[in-house]
Amino acid sequence: MSEIKAGWKSLPLGGYLLEPGSALKYKTGEWRSFRPVIDQKRCVNCLLCWIYCPDSAIIRLEKYVDVNYEYCKGCGICANECPVKCITMVEEKR
Amino acid sequence: MAKLIGLTGNEAIAYAVKQCNVDVVAAYPITPQTIMVEVISEYVYNGEMNAEFICVESEHSAMSACVGASLAGARVFTATASQGLALMHEMLYIASGLRCPIVMGVANRALSAPINIHGDHSDMMGSRDCGWIQIYAENAQEAYDWTIQAFKIAEDPRVLLPVSVNIDGFILSHSMEGVRVLEDEEVAKFLPQRKPVISIDPDKPITVGALCLPDYYFEVKFQQVQALKETLNVIREVNREYEVLSGRKYSFIDAYAMDDAEAAIVCLGSTAGTAKAVAKSLREEGKRVGVIKPWVYRPFPEEELVKAVENVKALAVLDRACSFGAPFNALCSDVIAALYRYERKDVKIFNCVYGLGGRDITFNDLKLIFNDALETAETGIVREHVKYVGVRE
Repeated sequence: MSEIKAGWKSLPLGGYLLEPGSALKYKTGEWRSFRPVIDQKRCVNCLLCWIYCPDSAIIRLEKYVDVNYEYCKGCGICANECPVKCITMVEEKR
Repeated sequence: MAKLIGLTGNEAIAYAVKQCNVDVVAAYPITPQTIMVEVISEYVYNGEMNAEFICVESEHSAMSACVGASLAGARVFTATASQGLALMHEMLYIASGLRCPIVMGVANRALSAPINIHGDHSDMMGSRDCGWIQIYAENAQEAYDWTIQAFKIAEDPRVLLPVSVNIDGFILSHSMEGVRVLEDEEVAKFLPQRKPVISIDPDKPITVGALCLPDYYFEVKFQQVQALKETLNVIREVNREYEVLSGRKYSFIDAYAMDDAEAAIVCLGSTAGTAKAVAKSLREEGKRVGVIKPWVYRPFPEEELVKAVENVKALAVLDRACSFGAPFNALCSDVIAALYRYERKDVKIFNCVYGLGGRDITFNDLKLIFNDALETAETGIVREHVKYVGVRE
Protein backbone atom coordinates (compact mmCIF):
# COMPACT_ATOMS: atom_id res chain seq x y z
CA MET A 1 0.00 0.00 0.00
CA SER A 2 1.58 3.23 -1.11
CA GLU A 3 -1.45 5.39 -0.21
CA ILE A 4 -0.48 8.62 1.61
CA LYS A 5 -2.51 8.94 4.79
CA ALA A 6 -3.66 12.26 6.29
CA GLY A 7 -1.62 13.75 9.14
CA TRP A 8 -2.94 15.29 12.36
CA LYS A 9 -3.39 18.72 10.78
CA SER A 10 -5.71 17.64 7.98
CA LEU A 11 -7.59 14.87 9.78
CA PRO A 12 -11.02 15.98 11.01
CA LEU A 13 -11.08 16.93 14.69
CA GLY A 14 -11.35 14.06 17.15
CA GLY A 15 -11.45 11.41 14.42
CA TYR A 16 -14.94 12.48 13.31
CA LEU A 17 -16.15 11.21 9.95
CA LEU A 18 -17.74 14.16 8.21
CA GLU A 19 -19.17 12.29 5.22
CA PRO A 20 -21.89 9.72 5.69
CA GLY A 21 -21.51 6.30 4.09
CA SER A 22 -17.73 6.25 4.25
CA ALA A 23 -17.81 2.63 5.48
CA LEU A 24 -18.53 1.66 1.84
CA LYS A 25 -14.92 2.51 1.06
CA TYR A 26 -13.68 0.00 3.57
CA LYS A 27 -13.69 -3.45 1.98
CA THR A 28 -13.95 -5.82 4.92
CA GLY A 29 -14.06 -8.91 2.71
CA GLU A 30 -10.32 -9.26 3.23
CA TRP A 31 -10.95 -10.28 6.84
CA ARG A 32 -12.70 -13.50 5.78
CA SER A 33 -11.24 -16.90 6.55
CA PHE A 34 -14.41 -18.87 5.60
CA ARG A 35 -16.65 -17.88 2.70
CA PRO A 36 -20.37 -18.63 2.55
CA VAL A 37 -21.23 -20.50 -0.63
CA ILE A 38 -24.91 -20.57 -1.53
CA ASP A 39 -26.49 -23.49 -3.35
CA GLN A 40 -28.89 -21.27 -5.27
CA LYS A 41 -30.92 -24.21 -6.59
CA ARG A 42 -31.98 -25.04 -3.03
CA CYS A 43 -32.45 -21.44 -1.87
CA VAL A 44 -36.12 -20.76 -1.03
CA ASN A 45 -35.60 -16.96 -1.02
CA CYS A 46 -36.90 -16.64 2.55
CA LEU A 47 -34.44 -13.73 3.11
CA LEU A 48 -33.61 -14.73 6.69
CA CYS A 49 -29.90 -14.46 5.80
CA TRP A 50 -30.54 -10.99 4.35
CA ILE A 51 -32.18 -9.94 7.62
CA TYR A 52 -29.51 -11.43 9.88
CA CYS A 53 -26.39 -10.45 7.96
CA PRO A 54 -24.63 -7.84 10.22
CA ASP A 55 -22.75 -6.37 7.26
CA SER A 56 -25.59 -6.08 4.73
CA ALA A 57 -23.53 -8.33 2.50
CA ILE A 58 -26.43 -10.46 1.20
CA ILE A 59 -27.60 -9.40 -2.23
CA ARG A 60 -31.28 -9.92 -3.08
CA LEU A 61 -31.90 -11.32 -6.54
CA GLU A 62 -35.27 -12.22 -8.00
CA LYS A 63 -35.49 -15.89 -6.98
CA TYR A 64 -32.55 -16.42 -4.66
CA VAL A 65 -29.81 -14.53 -2.85
CA ASP A 66 -26.12 -13.97 -3.44
CA VAL A 67 -23.18 -12.75 -1.34
CA ASN A 68 -21.23 -9.53 -1.75
CA TYR A 69 -17.73 -10.87 -1.10
CA GLU A 70 -16.23 -7.35 -0.98
CA TYR A 71 -17.84 -6.84 2.42
CA CYS A 72 -18.71 -10.33 3.75
CA LYS A 73 -16.43 -11.00 6.77
CA GLY A 74 -17.33 -14.69 6.79
CA CYS A 75 -18.99 -14.68 10.20
CA GLY A 76 -21.26 -17.61 9.23
CA ILE A 77 -24.49 -16.20 10.68
CA CYS A 78 -26.25 -16.68 7.31
CA ALA A 79 -25.26 -20.36 7.18
CA ASN A 80 -26.43 -20.82 10.75
CA GLU A 81 -29.81 -19.18 10.17
CA CYS A 82 -30.61 -20.71 6.76
CA PRO A 83 -33.68 -22.97 7.34
CA VAL A 84 -32.94 -25.19 4.32
CA LYS A 85 -29.18 -25.31 5.01
CA CYS A 86 -28.21 -24.29 1.50
CA ILE A 87 -25.26 -22.14 2.68
CA THR A 88 -21.93 -23.85 3.28
CA MET A 89 -18.91 -22.17 4.89
CA VAL A 90 -15.85 -23.04 2.79
CA GLU A 91 -12.32 -22.26 3.94
CA GLU A 92 -10.65 -19.45 1.98
CA LYS A 93 -7.44 -20.54 0.28
CA ARG A 94 -5.61 -17.31 -0.44
CA MET B 1 -21.90 47.01 40.25
CA ALA B 2 -20.54 43.83 41.80
CA LYS B 3 -22.50 42.33 44.67
CA LEU B 4 -20.90 40.62 47.66
CA ILE B 5 -22.85 37.55 48.76
CA GLY B 6 -22.20 34.65 51.11
CA LEU B 7 -21.64 31.39 49.24
CA THR B 8 -20.01 28.05 49.95
CA GLY B 9 -17.62 26.67 47.32
CA ASN B 10 -20.37 24.40 46.01
CA GLU B 11 -22.85 27.27 45.85
CA ALA B 12 -20.33 29.59 44.21
CA ILE B 13 -19.85 27.15 41.33
CA ALA B 14 -23.62 26.58 41.06
CA TYR B 15 -24.19 30.36 40.96
CA ALA B 16 -21.61 30.72 38.18
CA VAL B 17 -23.23 27.86 36.23
CA LYS B 18 -26.60 29.60 36.46
CA GLN B 19 -25.13 32.81 35.06
CA CYS B 20 -23.29 30.93 32.30
CA ASN B 21 -26.60 30.04 30.69
CA VAL B 22 -25.87 26.31 30.66
CA ASP B 23 -28.23 24.19 28.52
CA VAL B 24 -27.79 20.72 29.99
CA VAL B 25 -26.75 19.45 33.43
CA ALA B 26 -26.48 15.70 33.97
CA ALA B 27 -25.19 14.65 37.36
CA TYR B 28 -25.36 12.12 40.13
CA PRO B 29 -25.09 13.17 43.79
CA ILE B 30 -21.96 12.35 45.78
CA THR B 31 -20.51 13.87 48.94
CA PRO B 32 -19.08 16.53 49.12
CA GLN B 33 -20.25 17.73 45.71
CA THR B 34 -23.99 17.01 46.15
CA ILE B 35 -24.98 20.56 47.05
CA MET B 36 -23.49 21.90 43.83
CA VAL B 37 -26.01 20.05 41.66
CA GLU B 38 -28.74 20.24 44.29
CA VAL B 39 -28.63 24.04 44.06
CA ILE B 40 -28.59 23.84 40.26
CA SER B 41 -31.64 21.53 40.29
CA GLU B 42 -33.43 24.15 42.40
CA TYR B 43 -32.51 26.88 39.92
CA VAL B 44 -33.94 24.76 37.11
CA TYR B 45 -37.08 23.92 39.10
CA ASN B 46 -37.66 27.58 40.02
CA GLY B 47 -37.24 28.67 36.44
CA GLU B 48 -34.15 30.74 37.28
CA MET B 49 -32.18 28.62 34.86
CA ASN B 50 -33.42 27.47 31.48
CA ALA B 51 -31.65 24.12 31.37
CA GLU B 52 -32.40 20.46 30.97
CA PHE B 53 -31.53 18.70 34.23
CA ILE B 54 -30.97 15.00 33.58
CA CYS B 55 -31.11 12.70 36.60
CA VAL B 56 -28.97 9.68 35.81
CA GLU B 57 -28.27 6.39 37.56
CA SER B 58 -24.50 6.77 37.89
CA GLU B 59 -21.58 9.07 37.17
CA HIS B 60 -20.66 6.93 34.18
CA SER B 61 -24.08 7.75 32.74
CA ALA B 62 -23.78 11.38 33.83
CA MET B 63 -20.66 11.89 31.74
CA SER B 64 -22.14 9.86 28.87
CA ALA B 65 -25.20 12.13 28.81
CA CYS B 66 -22.93 15.17 28.95
CA VAL B 67 -20.91 13.91 25.97
CA GLY B 68 -24.09 13.44 23.92
CA ALA B 69 -25.47 16.84 24.85
CA SER B 70 -22.17 18.55 24.18
CA LEU B 71 -21.92 16.91 20.74
CA ALA B 72 -25.42 18.20 19.99
CA GLY B 73 -24.11 21.70 20.57
CA ALA B 74 -25.28 22.36 24.13
CA ARG B 75 -23.34 24.14 26.85
CA VAL B 76 -22.95 21.39 29.44
CA PHE B 77 -22.06 21.14 33.12
CA THR B 78 -21.68 18.26 35.54
CA ALA B 79 -20.12 17.78 38.95
CA THR B 80 -18.70 14.92 40.93
CA ALA B 81 -16.11 13.77 43.46
CA SER B 82 -14.08 10.77 44.56
CA GLN B 83 -15.70 7.42 43.66
CA GLY B 84 -17.96 9.24 41.24
CA LEU B 85 -15.00 10.62 39.33
CA ALA B 86 -13.41 7.17 39.41
CA LEU B 87 -16.58 5.66 37.94
CA MET B 88 -16.52 8.33 35.23
CA HIS B 89 -12.91 7.58 34.37
CA GLU B 90 -13.65 5.83 31.07
CA MET B 91 -15.96 8.61 29.92
CA LEU B 92 -13.48 11.36 30.86
CA TYR B 93 -11.20 10.15 28.08
CA ILE B 94 -14.12 9.98 25.68
CA ALA B 95 -15.17 13.55 26.52
CA SER B 96 -11.68 14.87 25.80
CA GLY B 97 -11.08 12.54 22.83
CA LEU B 98 -14.33 13.65 21.19
CA ARG B 99 -13.42 17.26 21.96
CA CYS B 100 -16.45 18.07 24.11
CA PRO B 101 -16.12 21.41 25.93
CA ILE B 102 -17.85 20.21 29.10
CA VAL B 103 -17.20 21.97 32.41
CA MET B 104 -17.17 19.84 35.56
CA GLY B 105 -17.03 20.93 39.18
CA VAL B 106 -15.07 18.53 41.38
CA ALA B 107 -15.22 18.75 45.16
CA ASN B 108 -12.01 16.78 45.69
CA ARG B 109 -12.32 13.86 48.06
CA ALA B 110 -10.21 10.87 49.07
CA LEU B 111 -10.64 7.57 47.25
CA SER B 112 -11.71 4.36 48.96
CA ALA B 113 -10.47 2.02 50.56
CA PRO B 114 -10.62 2.68 53.43
CA ILE B 115 -13.72 4.69 52.75
CA ASN B 116 -13.43 8.35 53.60
CA ILE B 117 -15.54 11.33 52.61
CA HIS B 118 -13.06 14.14 53.30
CA GLY B 119 -10.90 16.26 51.08
CA ASP B 120 -7.74 15.23 49.29
CA HIS B 121 -6.66 15.23 45.66
CA SER B 122 -6.51 11.46 44.99
CA ASP B 123 -9.61 11.61 42.82
CA MET B 124 -8.46 14.16 40.26
CA MET B 125 -4.84 12.99 40.38
CA GLY B 126 -6.10 9.53 39.49
CA SER B 127 -7.52 11.08 36.31
CA ARG B 128 -4.58 13.40 35.77
CA ASP B 129 -3.78 12.14 32.27
CA CYS B 130 -7.35 12.13 30.93
CA GLY B 131 -6.74 15.06 28.58
CA TRP B 132 -8.85 17.57 30.53
CA ILE B 133 -7.84 21.08 31.44
CA GLN B 134 -7.54 21.01 35.24
CA ILE B 135 -7.94 24.04 37.48
CA TYR B 136 -7.61 24.21 41.27
CA ALA B 137 -9.26 27.02 43.25
CA GLU B 138 -8.05 28.33 46.61
CA ASN B 139 -11.38 29.70 47.81
CA ALA B 140 -15.02 30.17 46.79
CA GLN B 141 -14.28 33.41 44.92
CA GLU B 142 -11.72 31.67 42.73
CA ALA B 143 -14.11 28.75 42.16
CA TYR B 144 -16.76 31.22 40.94
CA ASP B 145 -14.36 33.16 38.73
CA TRP B 146 -12.72 30.09 37.19
CA THR B 147 -16.05 28.40 36.43
CA ILE B 148 -17.11 31.34 34.27
CA GLN B 149 -13.73 31.44 32.57
CA ALA B 150 -13.73 27.65 32.16
CA PHE B 151 -16.64 27.71 29.69
CA LYS B 152 -14.96 30.39 27.61
CA ILE B 153 -11.67 28.48 27.54
CA ALA B 154 -13.30 25.11 26.82
CA GLU B 155 -15.49 26.34 23.97
CA ASP B 156 -12.79 28.28 22.14
CA PRO B 157 -12.37 26.66 18.69
CA ARG B 158 -8.62 26.43 19.33
CA VAL B 159 -9.29 24.36 22.46
CA LEU B 160 -12.52 22.30 22.41
CA LEU B 161 -11.55 20.35 25.50
CA PRO B 162 -13.33 19.72 28.79
CA VAL B 163 -12.33 21.54 31.99
CA SER B 164 -12.49 20.46 35.62
CA VAL B 165 -12.72 23.14 38.29
CA ASN B 166 -11.47 21.61 41.53
CA ILE B 167 -12.31 22.71 45.05
CA ASP B 168 -11.12 20.97 48.21
CA GLY B 169 -13.91 18.80 49.60
CA PHE B 170 -15.55 20.29 52.72
CA ILE B 171 -12.73 22.80 53.27
CA LEU B 172 -14.05 24.79 50.31
CA SER B 173 -17.19 22.96 49.22
CA HIS B 174 -18.92 23.51 52.56
CA SER B 175 -17.33 26.72 53.91
CA MET B 176 -19.20 29.94 53.38
CA GLU B 177 -17.26 32.96 52.24
CA GLY B 178 -18.00 36.37 50.81
CA VAL B 179 -18.00 36.09 47.01
CA ARG B 180 -18.14 39.06 44.67
CA VAL B 181 -20.46 38.07 41.87
CA LEU B 182 -20.95 39.72 38.50
CA GLU B 183 -24.29 40.82 37.11
CA ASP B 184 -26.07 38.27 34.92
CA GLU B 185 -25.82 40.60 31.91
CA GLU B 186 -22.08 41.03 32.39
CA VAL B 187 -21.56 37.27 32.32
CA ALA B 188 -23.87 36.92 29.31
CA LYS B 189 -21.78 39.47 27.45
CA PHE B 190 -18.50 37.81 28.43
CA LEU B 191 -19.85 34.38 27.52
CA PRO B 192 -22.31 34.51 24.62
CA GLN B 193 -24.23 31.43 23.52
CA ARG B 194 -22.03 28.52 22.50
CA LYS B 195 -21.26 28.30 18.79
CA PRO B 196 -20.28 24.69 18.14
CA VAL B 197 -17.69 24.10 15.43
CA ILE B 198 -19.26 20.79 14.41
CA SER B 199 -22.37 19.30 15.96
CA ILE B 200 -24.52 16.28 15.34
CA ASP B 201 -27.46 17.12 13.12
CA PRO B 202 -29.88 14.64 11.49
CA ASP B 203 -29.89 16.70 8.29
CA LYS B 204 -26.11 16.57 7.98
CA PRO B 205 -25.09 13.17 9.31
CA ILE B 206 -21.57 12.64 10.63
CA THR B 207 -19.98 9.76 12.52
CA VAL B 208 -18.53 10.44 15.96
CA GLY B 209 -16.47 7.90 17.85
CA ALA B 210 -15.67 5.66 14.88
CA LEU B 211 -13.07 2.92 15.17
CA CYS B 212 -9.60 4.34 14.69
CA LEU B 213 -6.97 1.70 14.12
CA PRO B 214 -3.17 1.97 14.40
CA ASP B 215 -3.05 3.87 11.10
CA TYR B 216 -4.99 6.92 12.44
CA TYR B 217 -5.34 6.74 16.25
CA PHE B 218 -1.94 8.31 16.94
CA GLU B 219 -2.71 11.39 14.82
CA VAL B 220 -6.04 11.97 16.56
CA LYS B 221 -4.32 11.79 19.95
CA PHE B 222 -1.65 14.19 18.74
CA GLN B 223 -4.41 16.69 17.91
CA GLN B 224 -5.19 16.67 21.64
CA VAL B 225 -1.54 17.25 22.53
CA GLN B 226 -1.52 20.29 20.27
CA ALA B 227 -4.87 21.56 21.53
CA LEU B 228 -3.64 21.50 25.14
CA LYS B 229 -0.56 23.45 24.09
CA GLU B 230 -2.73 26.00 22.31
CA THR B 231 -4.86 26.19 25.46
CA LEU B 232 -2.05 28.09 27.17
CA ASN B 233 -2.58 31.05 24.79
CA VAL B 234 -6.35 30.89 25.16
CA ILE B 235 -6.18 30.89 28.97
CA ARG B 236 -3.93 33.94 28.82
CA GLU B 237 -6.45 35.80 26.64
CA VAL B 238 -9.46 34.77 28.73
CA ASN B 239 -7.71 35.77 31.97
CA ARG B 240 -7.00 39.21 30.52
CA GLU B 241 -10.57 39.70 29.34
CA TYR B 242 -11.93 38.53 32.68
CA GLU B 243 -9.67 40.94 34.53
CA VAL B 244 -11.11 43.84 32.56
CA LEU B 245 -14.61 42.66 33.44
CA SER B 246 -14.14 41.75 37.11
CA GLY B 247 -11.00 43.55 38.23
CA ARG B 248 -9.64 40.20 39.43
CA LYS B 249 -6.39 39.05 37.91
CA TYR B 250 -5.86 35.39 37.15
CA SER B 251 -3.01 33.57 35.53
CA PHE B 252 -1.49 30.08 35.40
CA ILE B 253 0.27 30.53 38.68
CA ASP B 254 -0.48 32.54 41.78
CA ALA B 255 2.96 33.61 42.98
CA TYR B 256 2.90 35.04 46.51
CA ALA B 257 5.92 36.96 47.79
CA MET B 258 8.14 35.29 45.21
CA ASP B 259 10.20 38.27 44.03
CA ASP B 260 13.12 37.70 46.38
CA ALA B 261 12.09 34.37 47.92
CA GLU B 262 14.90 31.86 48.42
CA ALA B 263 12.61 29.10 49.69
CA ALA B 264 9.03 28.42 48.68
CA ILE B 265 6.13 26.04 49.03
CA VAL B 266 4.36 24.81 45.90
CA CYS B 267 0.84 23.53 46.52
CA LEU B 268 -2.65 23.32 45.02
CA GLY B 269 -5.97 24.61 46.29
CA SER B 270 -6.95 25.82 49.74
CA THR B 271 -3.65 24.91 51.42
CA ALA B 272 -2.11 27.85 49.60
CA GLY B 273 -4.25 30.18 51.72
CA THR B 274 -2.72 28.88 54.95
CA ALA B 275 0.74 28.80 53.37
CA LYS B 276 0.43 32.48 52.44
CA ALA B 277 -0.48 33.37 56.04
CA VAL B 278 2.56 31.43 57.31
CA ALA B 279 4.80 33.04 54.69
CA LYS B 280 3.55 36.46 55.77
CA SER B 281 4.40 35.79 59.38
CA LEU B 282 7.84 34.36 58.52
CA ARG B 283 8.53 37.40 56.36
CA GLU B 284 7.92 39.55 59.44
CA GLU B 285 10.83 37.63 61.01
CA GLY B 286 12.91 38.53 57.97
CA LYS B 287 12.77 35.12 56.29
CA ARG B 288 12.59 35.22 52.51
CA VAL B 289 9.82 32.73 51.76
CA GLY B 290 7.02 32.60 49.23
CA VAL B 291 4.18 30.46 47.92
CA ILE B 292 3.53 29.17 44.41
CA LYS B 293 0.04 27.95 43.69
CA PRO B 294 -0.61 26.60 40.20
CA TRP B 295 -4.18 27.60 39.33
CA VAL B 296 -3.87 25.66 36.12
CA TYR B 297 -2.50 22.16 36.67
CA ARG B 298 -3.16 20.83 33.14
CA PRO B 299 -1.76 22.03 30.83
CA PHE B 300 1.13 22.35 33.28
CA PRO B 301 2.46 25.91 33.16
CA GLU B 302 6.17 25.11 33.02
CA GLU B 303 7.31 28.48 31.71
CA GLU B 304 5.47 30.46 34.37
CA LEU B 305 6.68 28.14 37.11
CA VAL B 306 10.27 28.53 36.03
CA LYS B 307 9.85 32.30 35.95
CA ALA B 308 8.38 32.28 39.47
CA VAL B 309 11.34 30.37 40.94
CA GLU B 310 13.98 32.59 39.39
CA ASN B 311 15.69 33.43 42.69
CA VAL B 312 14.72 30.30 44.58
CA LYS B 313 17.23 27.89 46.08
CA ALA B 314 14.86 25.37 47.63
CA LEU B 315 11.29 24.22 47.03
CA ALA B 316 8.97 22.15 49.17
CA VAL B 317 6.34 20.68 46.86
CA LEU B 318 3.17 19.55 48.63
CA ASP B 319 1.02 16.73 47.33
CA ARG B 320 -2.40 15.93 48.74
CA ALA B 321 -2.42 12.53 47.01
CA CYS B 322 -0.14 9.53 46.84
CA SER B 323 1.41 8.19 43.64
CA PHE B 324 2.15 4.82 45.19
CA GLY B 325 5.54 3.45 44.24
CA ALA B 326 6.57 6.52 42.27
CA PRO B 327 9.85 8.32 43.01
CA PHE B 328 7.88 11.52 43.66
CA ASN B 329 4.19 12.32 43.85
CA ALA B 330 2.20 13.98 41.07
CA LEU B 331 2.72 17.72 41.56
CA CYS B 332 6.34 17.28 42.63
CA SER B 333 7.12 15.12 39.59
CA ASP B 334 5.76 17.87 37.35
CA VAL B 335 7.72 20.59 39.12
CA ILE B 336 10.94 18.57 38.88
CA ALA B 337 10.30 17.80 35.21
CA ALA B 338 9.67 21.48 34.42
CA LEU B 339 12.86 22.62 36.18
CA TYR B 340 14.87 19.85 34.52
CA ARG B 341 13.65 21.02 31.14
CA TYR B 342 14.78 24.57 31.87
CA GLU B 343 18.08 23.34 33.32
CA ARG B 344 17.46 24.58 36.84
CA LYS B 345 19.25 21.68 38.48
CA ASP B 346 20.51 24.07 41.18
CA VAL B 347 17.06 24.22 42.83
CA LYS B 348 16.86 21.72 45.69
CA ILE B 349 13.47 20.06 45.89
CA PHE B 350 11.72 17.88 48.41
CA ASN B 351 8.22 16.47 48.36
CA CYS B 352 5.71 16.49 51.24
CA VAL B 353 2.64 14.28 51.15
CA TYR B 354 0.03 15.75 53.48
CA GLY B 355 -3.61 15.88 54.41
CA LEU B 356 -4.71 12.50 53.06
CA GLY B 357 -8.33 11.69 53.86
CA GLY B 358 -8.92 15.29 54.87
CA ARG B 359 -6.39 15.47 57.72
CA ASP B 360 -5.81 19.12 58.58
CA ILE B 361 -2.64 20.85 57.57
CA THR B 362 -2.04 23.49 60.20
CA PHE B 363 -0.18 26.79 60.43
CA ASN B 364 2.53 25.02 62.43
CA ASP B 365 2.86 22.11 59.99
CA LEU B 366 3.50 24.58 57.20
CA LYS B 367 5.88 26.62 59.35
CA LEU B 368 7.99 23.49 59.89
CA ILE B 369 7.98 22.79 56.14
CA PHE B 370 9.05 26.37 55.39
CA ASN B 371 11.86 26.08 57.94
CA ASP B 372 13.01 22.81 56.34
CA ALA B 373 13.00 24.51 52.97
CA LEU B 374 14.99 27.45 54.35
CA GLU B 375 17.53 25.06 55.85
CA THR B 376 17.80 23.25 52.52
CA ALA B 377 18.28 26.59 50.76
CA GLU B 378 21.10 27.42 53.14
CA THR B 379 22.90 24.06 53.20
CA GLY B 380 22.03 22.83 49.73
CA ILE B 381 21.29 19.43 51.24
CA VAL B 382 17.99 17.57 50.95
CA ARG B 383 17.74 15.29 53.97
CA GLU B 384 14.62 13.44 52.94
CA HIS B 385 13.24 13.52 49.41
CA VAL B 386 9.68 12.50 50.25
CA LYS B 387 8.17 13.27 53.65
CA TYR B 388 4.77 12.23 54.94
CA VAL B 389 3.60 15.13 57.09
CA GLY B 390 2.34 14.11 60.52
CA VAL B 391 1.88 10.39 59.82
CA ARG B 392 2.10 8.38 63.07
CA GLU B 393 4.47 5.45 63.49
